[in-house]
Amino acid sequence: MSNTNGAAGLPVLSANRISKSFGEIPVLFSIDFDVRAGEVHAIIGENGAGKSTLMKILSGFEQPTSGTITYDGKTVRLPPNGEAETLGIVLIHQELNLAEHLRVVDSIFLGREISRGGLMDVRQMHEKAQALLDTLHVRIDPNARIGTLSVAEKQMVEIAKAISRDARVLIMDEPTAVLSMDETQTLFEQIQRLTQRGVAIVFISHKLDEVMRLSDRVTVLRDGQLIATVAASVLTPDTAAQMMVGRELSNLYPPKHEPDVDAPLVLSVKHLQAAGVDDISFDLRKGEILGFAGLVGSGRTAVAEAVVGLTHRYTGEIEVRGQPVHFAGVAQSVATGLAYMTKDRKGKGLLTNMGLRPNLTLLTLTRHLKGIFLDTASETRALERAVRRFDIRARDPSVRAGQLSGGNQQKLMLGKTMESEPEIVIMDEPTRGIDVGTKQQIYHIIAALAAEGKSIVLVSSELQEVIGLSHRVIVMRLGRIVGELEGDQITEEQIVRHQMGIEGRAAA
Amino acid sequence: MTATAGETTPQVRRPRVRLGALGPVLALVLLMILGTALNGSFLSLGNLSNIVARSSFIGLIAIGATFVITSGGLDLSVGSMAAFSAGMMIIIINGAVPSLGTGWTVVGLGIVAGLAIGSVAGAANGFLVTAGRIEPFIVTLGTLGIFRALITFLANGGTLNLNMAAADTYSPLYSGKIFDIPVPIIIFAVVAIVAEIVLRRTTFGRHIAAIGSNEQVARYSAIKVDRVRLMTYVLQGFLVGGAAVLYVPKFGSANSSTAVLWELQAIAAVIIGGTMLKGGFGRIWGTVVGVIILELIGNILNLQSLISPYLNQAFQGAIIVVAVLLQRGRKMAN
Repeated sequence: MSNTNGAAGLPVLSANRISKSFGEIPVLFSIDFDVRAGEVHAIIGENGAGKSTLMKILSGFEQPTSGTITYDGKTVRLPPNGEAETLGIVLIHQELNLAEHLRVVDSIFLGREISRGGLMDVRQMHEKAQALLDTLHVRIDPNARIGTLSVAEKQMVEIAKAISRDARVLIMDEPTAVLSMDETQTLFEQIQRLTQRGVAIVFISHKLDEVMRLSDRVTVLRDGQLIATVAASVLTPDTAAQMMVGRELSNLYPPKHEPDVDAPLVLSVKHLQAAGVDDISFDLRKGEILGFAGLVGSGRTAVAEAVVGLTHRYTGEIEVRGQPVHFAGVAQSVATGLAYMTKDRKGKGLLTNMGLRPNLTLLTLTRHLKGIFLDTASETRALERAVRRFDIRARDPSVRAGQLSGGNQQKLMLGKTMESEPEIVIMDEPTRGIDVGTKQQIYHIIAALAAEGKSIVLVSSELQEVIGLSHRVIVMRLGRIVGELEGDQITEEQIVRHQMGIEGRAAA
Repeated sequence: MTATAGETTPQVRRPRVRLGALGPVLALVLLMILGTALNGSFLSLGNLSNIVARSSFIGLIAIGATFVITSGGLDLSVGSMAAFSAGMMIIIINGAVPSLGTGWTVVGLGIVAGLAIGSVAGAANGFLVTAGRIEPFIVTLGTLGIFRALITFLANGGTLNLNMAAADTYSPLYSGKIFDIPVPIIIFAVVAIVAEIVLRRTTFGRHIAAIGSNEQVARYSAIKVDRVRLMTYVLQGFLVGGAAVLYVPKFGSANSSTAVLWELQAIAAVIIGGTMLKGGFGRIWGTVVGVIILELIGNILNLQSLISPYLNQAFQGAIIVVAVLLQRGRKMAN
C-alpha cells in the first residue's frame, strides 16, 4: 500500500527510550517508536520479542520502567486499564473484549451510553450505531447479539467502537490471526479508510506478506531490542525474517522425502457425514504428510473432530490400518494410535494455570502409574525428555503453561500429543500465532516424524506451510472436498482457485 | 520471555515459602493464642481433642466438598443430606431391632445403610449435573430442599429417636477411644490422609483438577469428564453418609433442624483452606485446617462475653466472603 500521508511528518504518538522490566526480568531495552497520522506502522518480531509489552505501554495498560511517552507533542503519562481510550488511543486485543450476550449497539456504547433524562436514549444510540456501521460498509444488524457474529464481524464491531470514541491511534494485536483471506481483505479496506481519515494505526502480525502489503513503516524487535525501523517498501520477506530471527532462514521448510506410493494405508475415511462435514472421503498412507487446505470455517476442524470421536458421526466408515473403528471419544482414538492436536491452545489444549508436567502427561497419565499411585518421578523424566526433544523453553520448570510464549505452548502441546506415541497425528494449525523461528523448528519436527514412518494430517490456513510440507493436499470448501492436489500441482494458485470455488468437484 | 530463554535445563525446584499457602496455618495459630488469652485451659489436651472430635462431622463433609469444588462443582445439599441419612439410619436400625436384636449386627446394618444412602443421594446430584446438564448450584439447591423436606416428613414434624439399647451398643463409635485417641478423630484423620493421597497421587485426583481448571482441555485430553464429575458427587455423598454414621451415636436422634447450615460450614472450611472456588486446585490439609479454624471460632465465642455466640454463623459467612476476596487478590497479583 502506498503511503497515503507522506506529508504529515509529525508523530501523533511516540515512545522515547522506553524500557520495561517485570520484576528483575527486562523485556524492553530503550525502544524508540513513533506513529504518524494516517500511517500504518507494523511491529514484527518473534514471540517474546516484546511486541505485546510495547503495545501495552503505548496504550497505557503497562507503565514503562523508564523512558517517556509523547502524545501530540506533549509528554504524557497514559492512564491505565484502557482509560487512554478517552484520549483517543485504542487497543484492540487479540482476544476481542466483547461481552457475548450484549447486542452490537450496547457493545459500541458500553460505558458511554447516551441518556436523556436519566434513561438511555435507545433510538439515538441505535441510529448512531447504524451510521457508524454504514461508514464502515459492514452489514451487521445493530440489534444482533455479539455471540451470533463471526470473529471478523466482532472485529468490525471493535473497530466501530474505536471510531465512536474518536480514536486517533488504533493499536491492533494480530487482527488477522483468525481471519480468512476474504475477511482479511475487508479488514485491510477498513484500515485504509481509517488512515485516509488521519487515524494512525499500529499493527502487529506474524504474516510477513500482510505486513509488506499494508504498512508504511515496519519496526522489527528482537529479544526486547529495537533492531530497525524501515520503510515497508524496502523490506523483503527474507530480510524481514532475517532481522527477526538474527540468522538466515534459507531452509524454513525441510526437504521433502519422496512419498512411498506402495506404503500401506493407515487411515481410510469413507463418506463421512457429521455436523459441518459433508461426504468426506480420503486415505492416508504410512509416512505421508497430507495437507488439508481451505478457508477458515470450511470444515477441516470438523472433519478432524468427527474422525477422533470428539463430535458425533452421522454416517460413514473410518478404518485404521484396515480395521473399522468407531471412536466414542479421544480415549479410544488415542488407544488406537490416532491423536488429534487442537488448534485452540488455551481453550482446549493446555491447562494454562497448571505446570508443564501435569500438562504434558494429561493425555497419557496411566503410563505414569506405580500400582495405583501416580509416579511423579516418571512424569518428570517424561518432561525432561520432551523439553529436550521439542526444545521447550521455560524460565524455570515450575512455571505455569499459560506463562509460556505461544511458540513454547505449541511445543508443549506437541510434546503432550506425541507422549501417546501415535502412528497417525492430526495437527490442526500447528503454527498458529507463533514466531518464524519456532515455526521452522515445528516444520522440521513434522518432517522428521513422517520420515520415521508416522503419518500426519496437517490442517493449516497458511498456504505456504501446506505447500512446503505436504506430499498431497486436499482442499475443502463449505464442508466438502473440492480438490486433491499432488506433486507439481501443489501450488498456491491451484489451492486458492479450489478453496474459492473457482475450480473443483463441488463447484458445479 | 526471551531474555531468559537460555535457562532451559530443569533444575531442582527451590521450595518457595508463600504466604498464601501458609495463611490458614497462621490463622490457626493466631486463634489458638487468642483462645489461650481468654481462657488458660484452652490449650489443654481435653479441650483441643474435644474441638477436633466435634469438628469431625463437618470435617468428613468438607473433605468431600474439596473434591467437588476442585472439579469446578458445588454441593449445597450436604447438610440436608446428612440429616436425611441420619434419619434413615435411625428408622432402619429401629426397624431391624425386633428381628436382629440390639447388637453390632443391627448397628453395622445401619452404618452400611447410612453410607449407601449418602452415596445414592450423591449419585442423584451427580447424575442431574452430568447427564441432565444442569448447573450444580441449581441441582443441589433443589435437592437441599428435597432432603430437608424428607427428614421432616419421615419424622412427621417431630424427632426420630434411636432405640435406646441399640444406642448403647452404638455410642462407643463416637465416645470411645483407641490408644487414648477419640474414635471420631481417628476416622477424620484416616479419611483426610487417604483423601489427600487420592487427590494428589492418583489419576482420579489429577483428572478432577484438570476438569476444574478447564473442562474442554480435559475432554480433548481423553478424560471421561462426566464420569469423573459423577464420582466426585458420589464421594461427597459417601462422606456425608460417613458424617451421619458419626452423628447418630452422638445425638441418638434426628429431626428437621439436624445439620442445618452445615453446607455453609463445609464450603467455608474448603475455601479457607485455599481450595480455589472456581476449581482447578484443591488441598485436603487446608480443608482440615479450615474445619478446625471454624470450630475454634465457635469455641472462642463461647469462652468470652463480649460478642454473642449466636453470631457464630455470621462469622462463618463473613469468612467465606473474605477468603474468596483474598483468593481473587492473589490471582490478580500473579
